[in-house]
Amino acid sequence: MTKPAITEAELQAHVDGQLPEAARARVDAYLGENPHEVRRLAGYSAQNQGLHDTYDHALDEAVPAHLIARVRGRGGWCGTWLARAPVMRYAAVLAWLVFGGLIGWQLRGMQGGSESARAAAAPSFARQAAIAHVVYSPEVRHPVEVGADQEAHLVAWLSKRIGAQLRVPRLAEQGYSLVGGRLLPGTPDERAPIAQFMYQDAKGQRLTLYVRSDADRSRETAFRFAQEKNIGVFYWVDQKLGYALSGDIEKNELLRVAHAVYQQLNP
Amino acid sequence: MEDFGTQVVPVIPRLRRYARALTGGHLIADDLVQDTLERAWTKRHLWREGSDLRAWMFTVMHNVYVNQVRARIADAVTPLDVEALNIPVRDNAADMLEVADIDVALRKLPDDQREVLLLVALEQLSYGETAAVLGIPVGTVMSRLFRARERVRVLLGDAPVAAQATQTALKVIK
Repeated sequence: MTKPAITEAELQAHVDGQLPEAARARVDAYLGENPHEVRRLAGYSAQNQGLHDTYDHALDEAVPAHLIARVRGRGGWCGTWLARAPVMRYAAVLAWLVFGGLIGWQLRGMQGGSESARAAAAPSFARQAAIAHVVYSPEVRHPVEVGADQEAHLVAWLSKRIGAQLRVPRLAEQGYSLVGGRLLPGTPDERAPIAQFMYQDAKGQRLTLYVRSDADRSRETAFRFAQEKNIGVFYWVDQKLGYALSGDIEKNELLRVAHAVYQQLNP
Repeated sequence: MEDFGTQVVPVIPRLRRYARALTGGHLIADDLVQDTLERAWTKRHLWREGSDLRAWMFTVMHNVYVNQVRARIADAVTPLDVEALNIPVRDNAADMLEVADIDVALRKLPDDQREVLLLVALEQLSYGETAAVLGIPVGTVMSRLFRARERVRVLLGDAPVAAQATQTALKVIK
């Protein structure tokens, strides 16, 4: 039996669709006789697909204006791009709201009848916090925009953006360490953006603390609890800041952490 | 004739995708894109009008990455020597490796292998274009591509380590 002279480079080219037409028949014949090679190449194809699944969303994101500014020359056309930049920003906010809405709808849809009535009645602040928790806490690579290693920068940045001096509670005693934080868009009627801090314990269980300024006119300071599917949310308002602590953990455990947060913010 | 900047803007999303996959972080990726755009702008006279601007921008990014960012990342991340790991084939640890996403696997590749894999598999450049962007022979592209894919396959739990080793020993790299 004659073995066809196949090189590894030809097999790679087969995966990438870069195999010259003339080599195709030879490679196909080789693969017909070597099912383990077919399996290996299928693994490579799956990697290609995995890369697209993981990174293609970058293509759909609005390009930040400061990047466009790097190649904008001195005159003319740059004006149009600068004018368009805010539109793109609004588009990003809108996309986030739609995405959140979809997840919220999904949370609601998965509940039973009486529970969904309760969820509908639950104040939107707790619901938004739960949605933000569901969106970002499963992230493996990008759970936060700024990591805990740059905590001073994180606090200064978020404080500036939400328009109130923030403090980050230390939850080491409760077994949670700070992962970092990110800025989220506010709701259409409450235009101030929202800060989200993320914590995790040794097992990788994550909690998020959602903070917005000018939260409520009622100056409510009592703890309230809302359950959005499996996400528990304790929320309260204190000194013009609204807080919501969300997590997929047992209610009493969450309350224990919420108390620690509250006490640290009110020494 | 459109000016340089007008033509670069539509390429930026591709640069961001590649930079993110290359560096593994949003912030550091946009820093890389920004540095690349700055460098491209100052070197724009070197681009030949009518040639593939995308490939040229990837070349600029590669140079910026090699010169600047690599040193910065090296401070923070130590590449894991996959060969030195004794990865059990079928227990909990192996299961965890299987669920680890491709981004985690990419972080464990040497820079030169990761660049080749991403330019070919994600950015879908031809082998020749990839060689030109990285300034290496096509044969080197092919061998790095093969090594990168095999490593990722092992990291994703797609291939038992022992079996993979015997298979690759039989392969002729051209």
